[in-house]
Amino acid sequence: MSSARHLGAAYRCALLFALLFAPSLAVAEVQGFLTPFGAIARVQRTELIWATAITMIAILPVLVGTPLILWWYRRDNTRATYRPQWHFNTKLEILMWGVPTIIIVALSVWLTQAVFRIDPYRDIDAEMAEGMDFEITGPPVPVDVVGLDWKWLFIYPEENIASVGELVLPVGRPADMRLTTDTVMQSFMAPGLAGQIYTMAGMVTQLSMIADSPGTTVGQNTQYNGTGFPAQRAPVRALSTEDYADWVETARGAPALDAETYGVLAQSGDIAKARTDLGREGDGPLVFSLAAPRLFDRVVARYRSGEPVPPEAQPGSPVYDPESASLPEVPQ
Amino acid sequence: MIDLFGRLAWGELKLFEFFHAPSIDTAVASGAAWMAVLGVLAVMAWLTVARRWGWLWSEWLTSVDHKKIGIMYMVIGFVMMARGVFEGIVMRAHQTTALDGGVLSNTHWAELFSTHGTVMIFFVAMPFITGFMNYLIPLQIGARDMAFPVLNQISLGLTTTGAALVMISLVVGAFETGGWTAYPPFTGADFDPGPGPDYWVWAIALSGFGSMFSGMNFAVTIYKMRAPGMSFMKMPVFTWTALCTSILLIFALPPLTVACLMQALDRLAGFHFFTNDLGGNMMNYANLFWMFGHPEVYILVLPAYGIFSELTSMFAAKRLYGYTSLVIATMSIAVISFCVWLHHFFTMGNSATINAAFGIATGIIAIPTGVKVYVWMATLWGGRIRMTTPMVYMTGFFILFVIGGLSGIILANPAINWQVHNTQFIVAHFHNVLLPGLIFGIFAGVHIWFPKAFGFRLDERAGKITALLWIVGFCLTFLPLYLVGLMGYPRRSAAFDNPDFVPIMIVCMIGACLLMAAFAGLFVTLWISIRNRDALAVPLGDPWDGRTLEWATSAPPPPWNFAMIPHVNERDAFAREKADGQPYVTPERYEDVHLPPNTAAGMVVMIATTAFGFAMTWWIWWLAVASFAGMVLWYVVHSFREHPEVTIPASTVARHHKAWVEAASLNPGVTRDHENDTRNRGRAATDMVVAS
Repeated sequence: MSSARHLGAAYRCALLFALLFAPSLAVAEVQGFLTPFGAIARVQRTELIWATAITMIAILPVLVGTPLILWWYRRDNTRATYRPQWHFNTKLEILMWGVPTIIIVALSVWLTQAVFRIDPYRDIDAEMAEGMDFEITGPPVPVDVVGLDWKWLFIYPEENIASVGELVLPVGRPADMRLTTDTVMQSFMAPGLAGQIYTMAGMVTQLSMIADSPGTTVGQNTQYNGTGFPAQRAPVRALSTEDYADWVETARGAPALDAETYGVLAQSGDIAKARTDLGREGDGPLVFSLAAPRLFDRVVARYRSGEPVPPEAQPGSPVYDPESASLPEVPQ
Repeated sequence: MIDLFGRLAWGELKLFEFFHAPSIDTAVASGAAWMAVLGVLAVMAWLTVARRWGWLWSEWLTSVDHKKIGIMYMVIGFVMMARGVFEGIVMRAHQTTALDGGVLSNTHWAELFSTHGTVMIFFVAMPFITGFMNYLIPLQIGARDMAFPVLNQISLGLTTTGAALVMISLVVGAFETGGWTAYPPFTGADFDPGPGPDYWVWAIALSGFGSMFSGMNFAVTIYKMRAPGMSFMKMPVFTWTALCTSILLIFALPPLTVACLMQALDRLAGFHFFTNDLGGNMMNYANLFWMFGHPEVYILVLPAYGIFSELTSMFAAKRLYGYTSLVIATMSIAVISFCVWLHHFFTMGNSATINAAFGIATGIIAIPTGVKVYVWMATLWGGRIRMTTPMVYMTGFFILFVIGGLSGIILANPAINWQVHNTQFIVAHFHNVLLPGLIFGIFAGVHIWFPKAFGFRLDERAGKITALLWIVGFCLTFLPLYLVGLMGYPRRSAAFDNPDFVPIMIVCMIGACLLMAAFAGLFVTLWISIRNRDALAVPLGDPWDGRTLEWATSAPPPPWNFAMIPHVNERDAFAREKADGQPYVTPERYEDVHLPPNTAAGMVVMIATTAFGFAMTWWIWWLAVASFAGMVLWYVVHSFREHPEVTIPASTVARHHKAWVEAASLNPGVTRDHENDTRNRGRAATDMVVAS
C-alpha cells in the first residue's frame, strides 16, 4: 500500500472500504484479511460482508428509529399522541421476537456451513476445491510450525529444509500445517490466506491454507507472549512453482538445523538475535537444511515424556540454558 | 531473620526507579507510584486536619447500612477508574508513537494493558454494579436492609482487598504482563516467577469471594425480603436484572476463584494444573476462566439494562412497554450466558461441530438482547420525552450499543472469528459493549439516583456536556480500532509496522483525551452541584416523578428506609399511589425499628486479607499465617460476643416521617416543565395523573 501512504486519512478510509467490497482493485504489498489471495480467507471475508448485511436488518430500525422517536415524542411536541398506559401489543411482540429469531436462524445455518467448509482441520482436497470453486495444481506441502519466543520455525519435512521468520508456499498447492509451541501458548495467523489457530506446548493443532496467486501476507503471532511479541511477524510468501523450487534449492544448501542448533534457536529473542547466536551473517529470515529428522515430534514429545521440564530446559523461561536442555528421541 | 520480608527487597519500590534510571518509561512508572502514595497521604492528612477519622470509622467503615455500603462501592469504582482512565491515556500516547517502537518499554506496556483490564473489569465495573445493586435493591423491594448486612460489609472488604493489592503493585514490585485473563503458562512460575502474577492471583481470588457473597446476599434479599404483595412479576425491572446478576455471580465467580487458586498451587506448591509439562494443560484454564468470563459480561451489563429500563419509562413519562418480555429476555440472557464461553477460543482447535454449536448459542443471545432494545424503543414510543442527562446517555447507548451488537454477531461466527480474534477488532468490540452498555448506564444511573442518596440533584448543563464528551470521546477512541483490527493489528502489541495505522492512532489519542475530559467532567459536575446544593435540593425525595418504591421516601432516606413497610398491589407501586392521589400518608401508629449494629467485621477481613494477599505474593510466610489465623481467631471471639440490635424508637420514626409528609403536603408539586429549576424540591405533580 505504499502509494496509499501519501494519501489523506479520509481517502484512505474510503479506499479501505472500497477494498472491502471490490477486492479486484487491490494491488497491495502485504495483503490481509480484507485483500485475500487464498480461497479460505476469501470465504471468511464473504462471511464478514454477509453477516454485516443481514444483521443490518435488525439494526437499521434502531439507528434510524431512535432519533426519530426521540424527536417526535419530545415533551413540547403537542401534536404527538401521549399514551402513558400503553404497554403491550401482541403483533409488536411477535415482530420483536420474530425478526431477531429469523435473522439468527439464517445466520446460524450460514455459520454452520462456513465452519464445516473451512474448518482448519479439513484437508484442502478436490472436493473442497470443487465446492469452493478454486484450483489445486499440485500435491499438498506438509509444513510443521513451531512457535518460539519470538519467532516462527517452519519445518518442511518432505523437502528436508526449515525456515525461521518466513513461510514460503507454492501457489496452487495446499499447505498442510501441524502446529505446536516450545514455549508459552501462541496463535498463528496468516490473514491473507486463512485465520488463526492456537499453538500449545505438547499439543498439535492443524491449519490448512492455499494461495491462488503469488502474494505476501504476514504470519503473525496474535497471542501475547512477552516483550518480543511485536517482532513475531513472519512474511508469508506465495511463490510460483518455479520460484518455490528455487527457494527450496537455496535452503537445501544452507547450514544444517540439528538438535543442538535448535536448542540455541529456541532461546528468547528475535531473528537478529538468533543470527548472532548462530553466527550467521546478514539479516532477515533464516533458512536451514534439516538435519534433525522428526524435529517437530521431538518438540511435542518434550512435554509428554512424563518427566518434568525444569525451567533451565524450558525455552522461553528466563533461566533457559541450551546446554542443559535436550529434546527426547522419538521412534523413527 | 533473613526471611522476615520474604523475597521483598528495597529495590522493589517503584518510587525511586526514575532517579536510578531516568527515562520517559520510568518517569511514568515512578510518577504513577508517587501519585498513588501522595493520594493516600493527602486523604489521610485531610482526615487528620478535619478531625474526620472518627466520623469515617463510625459513620462509614463500620456501617452495615446497605446505602452507605453501596456508596462506598461507588467511591472505590471512581477511584480505580481514575487509574484505569490514566492508564488508557498513557497507552494511547504510546500507540501514537508505536510505529516500530514507542515511548514505553515493552514490559511497562504489557503491565499497563494487564492492569488496565484487571482494574476496569474487577475494580471499576464490578464495584459500580455492586454499588448500584446494594443501594437500590432494598429500597426498590421495600425492605430495610440486606438479608445479611454483615456479610455485605465483608463483601465490600474483600473487594477493597483486591483493589488495594492492585494499587500496592503500583508501588511495590510489578504487576503481571499476561493481560487481564492471565493465561498460563505465560503467567506460570517457569515463565514469570513473580511477583506480578501473584498479585493478580490473590487480588482476583480474594475479591472473587467477595463478589460471590454479594450474589448470595442479593439473591436471598430479593427472594425473602420483598414487601408484602410484591410478587416476582411485580418487581421493578432493575430488581429483576439484579436478581439475574446475583444468580450469575453465585455460579460464575467460583470457576474463576478456583482457577486462581489452582494457579496459586501451580506457582507456589509445584502443582501442574496448567503447566506445559507433567500433564498440565492450559486449555483447562481457558475453559474455567471463560466459564466465569462470559457470564461476567452479563453480570456487568444486566444491571445497566435495568437502569436503562427504569430511565426510559421515567423520562418518557409512561409505563414500561413489554415488562414480561423484558423479564423473559433478562432471564434468557442469564441462562444462555453459561452456554457460550467457548466463543472466546474458537481458535483452540475445537472440532467443527463444537465451534458451530457455540457459534449458534452465541447468536441466540442476540435474540433477547435485540428484544430489549426494541422494548426500550417501544417504551419511548408514545411518551413525552424529556431530554435530560440520563436520556443523553441513553441515546448514545442506543446508537453505539447496536454497533457493538453487530460486531458481536460478526465475532460469533467462528469462520470470521478466526481472522479477527486477538486483534484490535476485539478491543473495539468489548469497549463498544462495556462503555456504552455498562458505563453509560452507570453514569445515567448516578444522575438519577444521586439526588436520592444525597438530597440534591446534579447540575444538568455540566451533566449533559459530560455525557456528550463521553459519547464523542468513545466514538473517536474505539470505533477506529475496528478498522485497524480488520487490517490485522494484534491486540496487546506494543508496536506495529504499518504506517497506515499512525493517523488512526492519532485519532484514537484525541478521543482518549476527550474521554479524560469527560472523566474530569464528572467531578466538575459534582463540584458545581455541591456548590449549588441548596438550589438543587430535593429533600422530598421524588425529583423525577419516579414510579418505584425508592422514590416514596425522603432524600436521603432515613437509615430505616421506610417508616412502615409498604404494601404493594401492582408494578410501579409509587406511580399507582400518586395516580390515586394518596402518595404521602401517615399511618395510624408507628412501630419500633430494629437495625443491625455497626461492626468492624468488614475492616478486619479487609486488613487481614490484604496482609494475607501481600504476604503470599512476597512469600512472607509468617505474615500469611498470622493474618489468616488472626482473622479466624477474631471471628471465633467475635461470635461469642452479643450483638444487640439498634432499636429506633417509634417516636423517632414518627417524628421523621411526619415532618417529611407534612413538608410534602405543603409543597404544591412541580410539573415536568420545571424539573430542572429550583422549584423542584422532590415533590412531583405528575403527568400520569392527568393522563390516566
